[in-house]
Amino acid sequence: MSASSVLSAASLARIDQAVAKYPPDQKRSAVMAALTIAQDEKGWLSTETMDCIAQYLEMAPVAVYEVATFYTMYDRKPVGKCKLAICTNLPCALQGATVAAAYLKQKLGIEFGETTADGAFTLKEAECLGACGDAPVLLVNNKRMACAMSPDKLDKLIEEMK
Amino acid sequence: MGLPVAPFAGDMYGPDAVIMKGITGANWRLQDYLSRGGYSALKKILSEKIPPEQVVAELKKSALRGRGGAGFPTGLKWSFMPRQYPGAKYLVCNSDEGEPGTFKDRDIMRYNPHILIEGMAIGAYAMGIPVGYNYIHGEIWDVFERMEEALAEARAASFIGKKILGSEFNFELHNHHGWGAYICGEETALLESLEGKKGQPRFKPPFPASFGLYGKPTTINNTETFAAVPWIINNGGDAFLALGKPNNGGTKIFSVSGDVARPGNYEVKLGTPFAKLLEMAGGMRDGKKLKAVIPGGSSMPVLPADIMMATDMDYDSIAKAGSMLGSGAVIVMDETRCMVKSLLRLSYFYYEESCGQCTPCREGTGWLYRMVDRIEHGKGKPEDLDLLNSVADNIQGRTICALGDAAAMPVRAFIKHYRDEFQHHIDHKQCVVPTYI
Repeated sequence: MSASSVLSAASLARIDQAVAKYPPDQKRSAVMAALTIAQDEKGWLSTETMDCIAQYLEMAPVAVYEVATFYTMYDRKPVGKCKLAICTNLPCALQGATVAAAYLKQKLGIEFGETTADGAFTLKEAECLGACGDAPVLLVNNKRMACAMSPDKLDKLIEEMK
Repeated sequence: MGLPVAPFAGDMYGPDAVIMKGITGANWRLQDYLSRGGYSALKKILSEKIPPEQVVAELKKSALRGRGGAGFPTGLKWSFMPRQYPGAKYLVCNSDEGEPGTFKDRDIMRYNPHILIEGMAIGAYAMGIPVGYNYIHGEIWDVFERMEEALAEARAASFIGKKILGSEFNFELHNHHGWGAYICGEETALLESLEGKKGQPRFKPPFPASFGLYGKPTTINNTETFAAVPWIINNGGDAFLALGKPNNGGTKIFSVSGDVARPGNYEVKLGTPFAKLLEMAGGMRDGKKLKAVIPGGSSMPVLPADIMMATDMDYDSIAKAGSMLGSGAVIVMDETRCMVKSLLRLSYFYYEESCGQCTPCREGTGWLYRMVDRIEHGKGKPEDLDLLNSVADNIQGRTICALGDAAAMPVRAFIKHYRDEFQHHIDHKQCVVPTYI
């Protein structure tokens, strides 16, 4: 299976840009960027997608699986259209994150690690996002940091992402 | 709650700020940085052809210590790099900021990205390094994008690339993002991750200065460390040292979180009293009483209020008080907080983030977490406190990297200072903190 039959030309072009950052004999350094780009396109990382990246970066498939399983933001199973990952670590908890997390669970009717029946939302418990001063903080689809999330702002976010 | 939205007042980070001086959140572009005098240190070095050894000597004089957590003298670290080594060498910035309570590098990169680029370019010049990577915490994607944009600006203006500003100095710099692994903040795990592998720490020695990225000599510094360099070159190492106190040169950005009125980053002179820092953060939220402070990020020993209120914020003073300055993350807890529950959340974090390589850490962090969990939930046994200390003893110092120590130290300190509270949980199956507070 060739990479171009799995990933779009635009994604492959972005992977090429990442590869160019590293020495020519160190293409595998771009594996984290490549997996991120592939996840952006596909929504999650299937074995087929990971195998295609392995081939593209001239890596053993198992070396790609190792990376995809080690870093928590790679999804190896389908997730909801919108993935919310809220930090509940101590500094955030002291600033209202546990209240925000409970509100989200109740509003979406799911627990951490679950997806709503309509496939719209997946809720995850995140470890430190590195934005404690902005607590409660949550990541929307891995790339957007939502800050100071009061119940009111959570309502708006859910409405927007429905 | 939440940090102020840009643009905010130029003195938001405090009157003594050096790195974050005049930052409003909206003036991050190259033109803004230049108008603040940015890149003048790099220009000075290149136009005056200052010898690299002199740059390193200036760093040594400044007593700048690593701002990522270990506090290692930066000038000394730079002198370890074999600058005459003819092959590839690398400069790496550790922007993988994920220690609970720490959020300073995020502000440096999103609001003042060029100060980091300039600091890295000066480091590359001083150590004769042609290529650098900035490893950015995966969870702050917007910051990664901003760094990419700032880097493109710097490249277009010849501050990065070949023949920088018409000189013979070449330095190429790239941003690399993580994707959710606390352990990659450990420098050798970070190198593994940069190489496209699982982020599992390497056994040391050899140290990165001789065997680093791709097996080549490598110097790794924290974001804030690099960001302090331009000021030192412009004003001299002695002036930087004078900002702080002996062996603790300069200013430090403290990330203040928890039960304060205004959580945020405050850049103060090292040696500033904790009471003053607390005041800058607006004091205790809702006028509550201070109970405990973790002064250097979640891995560091917690200290009770009375000790903290008598302590100054610098490496040596905090060490004397029984903790460590670490990354400068100050987690403040008020009188309503249960110490068992607080430790439980931290213990879960280390259990979750252990990379699994060393048995004492992989198994021990789970033991710690499960034991604190049963104490919190009224199932603690009389022997549990001694057992917790014993498990912590058997992790600390017995692992490849410091994550094991980071998991053990909070446990020992929480029990040391709040043993009564833990005992109460075990004896009475309930919390000592009254619900009426």
